[in-house]
Amino acid sequence: MLGSFDFDVIRRSLPYLFVDGMTFTLTLTALSALGGLVFGTLIALMRLSGFKLLGRIAGLYVDFMRSLPLVLVIFWFYFLVPYIGQWLTGASRPIGVGAFASSLITFIMFEAAYFSEIMRAGIQSIPRGQPAAASALGLTYAQSMRYVVLPQAFRNMLPVLLTQTIVLFQDTSLVYVLSIPDFLGAASKVAQRDGRLVEMYLFAAAVYFTISCLASFGVRRLQARIAIVR
Amino acid sequence: MIELRHVDKWYGPTFQALKDCTTSVAKGEVVVVCGPSGSGKSTLIKCVNALEPIQGGEIILDGIKVNDPKTDLPKLRARVGMVFQHFELFPHLRIIDNLCLAQEKVLGRKHDEALAKAVKLLDRVGLREQAKKYPAELSGGQQQRVAIARALAMDPVAMLFDEPTSALDPEMISEVLDVMVNLARDGMTMMVVTHEMGFASKVAHRVIFMDQGEIVEDALKADFFGKPRSDRAQKFLSKILQH
Amino acid sequence: MNYHWNWQIFFEPNPTGSGTYLDMLLSGLALTIKTALMAWIIALVFGSLIGVLRTLPSKAAGWIGFAYVEFFRNMPLLVQLFLWFFVLPELLPRAAGLWLKQLPNAPFWTASIGVGLFMSARVAVQLAAGIASLPRGQKQAATALGLTTAQTYRYVLLPMAYRIILPPLTSEFLNTVKNTAVAITIGLIELTGQARAMQEFSFQVFEAFTAATIMYLLINFVVVTGMRLLERKVAIPGYIAGK
Repeated sequence: MLGSFDFDVIRRSLPYLFVDGMTFTLTLTALSALGGLVFGTLIALMRLSGFKLLGRIAGLYVDFMRSLPLVLVIFWFYFLVPYIGQWLTGASRPIGVGAFASSLITFIMFEAAYFSEIMRAGIQSIPRGQPAAASALGLTYAQSMRYVVLPQAFRNMLPVLLTQTIVLFQDTSLVYVLSIPDFLGAASKVAQRDGRLVEMYLFAAAVYFTISCLASFGVRRLQARIAIVR
Repeated sequence: MIELRHVDKWYGPTFQALKDCTTSVAKGEVVVVCGPSGSGKSTLIKCVNALEPIQGGEIILDGIKVNDPKTDLPKLRARVGMVFQHFELFPHLRIIDNLCLAQEKVLGRKHDEALAKAVKLLDRVGLREQAKKYPAELSGGQQQRVAIARALAMDPVAMLFDEPTSALDPEMISEVLDVMVNLARDGMTMMVVTHEMGFASKVAHRVIFMDQGEIVEDALKADFFGKPRSDRAQKFLSKILQH
Repeated sequence: MNYHWNWQIFFEPNPTGSGTYLDMLLSGLALTIKTALMAWIIALVFGSLIGVLRTLPSKAAGWIGFAYVEFFRNMPLLVQLFLWFFVLPELLPRAAGLWLKQLPNAPFWTASIGVGLFMSARVAVQLAAGIASLPRGQKQAATALGLTTAQTYRYVLLPMAYRIILPPLTSEFLNTVKNTAVAITIGLIELTGQARAMQEFSFQVFEAFTAATIMYLLINFVVVTGMRLLERKVAIPGYIAGK
């Protein structure tokens, strides 16, 4: 069975797989993580703000997103974003935004729910004396968040945030359902074109596995280092 | 400088933490607040800079009403220093940055100016060499001295101390008290919640004794240590002075 | 928005001849639940085995547990499903591969096993953490009473550990439900798949997705409520969640 394993199809498609596919995957991962973190932190701040209505809305958003399969959310946004674009710009017909923008918006909105829970836990883990000391020094609520609470919350939660980003990296493969050539999409295209499913899917699995393993190894080392500093 | 008039504070609908508390601290005066645990003394001092809201009465700080919704609290708080039981240095910032943060963000000082001030104050509490370290690398006593320096960096008109030595190992208490004694002798207005009666007898002008949310005794130092008028204060004193 | 809403669509017959569009979605819901339950059984069985393995003192057992978890955790679920569905039959001896490919309900079994094994790694991590969180004395006390290792796990450690990890297991079960939607890529027409099919047949995309969304929310609600009841039922007085 492995006798007929065709290494050459992998070698031939390497440029396409990595220059096109992996670039898409990594860009999507990085931008989604960044956007998700910013948006998620805002949601966490809303939930902890003490304004009941604001907190309620943020909580509902998080619960809602976390109840749905990512695949369904991807479909939702794929069809919804053009209408939102039309509504925002006042255009006469739905606006096509392209595969990348559509998936980026999806992942930011989806991941924000998960990142917000991490940041919320991080903020709540800061002893109450810290914001109290900041207020006693005259810092405003916003300043105390910006300079005292959030930096500590972010640092404490960094390993968890990075682990979530590794999950996100794997989850971006789901844009496959929109026939977008991310890394897996590219591998799948070659696989079907050349009838080499075994080779391409095994190779794709190995690449995802290697990257995720290396990344989680790095996170574990970071965690050990943070544990010492504390 | 600090005036409290008929202050009431409730935690929830059933528990009254402060009952009709009235007292004052004049400019340059050092007032020690003592009392058994749960007596409301920490709550009282936290109401002075509105870290805890009050439900009745009023507090006036340097001529400004604290419990007025129109009061700019950050600005007001910047003018009173506060030292906490658990130091509350910011663990992610170096010692020097702990001293600079509020100077720059609240008072709007230039970095160089803030830095110079910080170094001067670290010198004053004897910790100049530790400037580049992180809080966790210092002993408890050192951290508390840094916390005092951090408060002083704001040029406060008064200082509030909330049990500044009760989280410290015994051998570190005196280094912190020394700093506080010097501060008192320099004429700083101070309100100090503490059980350190040695400190009280050395520098306090007045002693306030609290129990169950009430100010039971508010007397000149000599009178308080001479013969407290209330039974409760006598009992308390005999308990903590017998060692 | 120039989108034409038509909420009546659910009661119109679907082109596959199997009743209305609503029937279509409901059959998808049924398949989602069926697949999730099957996957969950697999996840619990394998996850428990590996979880226990990770807590044994044996180095080899620890290694096997570690490798298992890393293997299933470091590949996207979608890729894992492709491996089971497209690659495995090709790697087996011809006859076995052919049998596998011609299996009726292949997407269902592949999804159950694929999602189940994927989730088992996460169950294993939770269980190992639960066991590790028990006081050391528990295991020693059991051993001192003469229980074998197997008995210690069966009668002492696991009953407590499962109770401790009940809340995270609830969310892992919900993750299992959500993850079955990934199997749309290997042709499992579960709830998301049926919503997509309805969208393609009827062009009423938002009605279809809204209905599917509501159904997922309902599953969440039912599971969370049910697990809360279970938690209360198995709670031990005076211990975690035994309020």
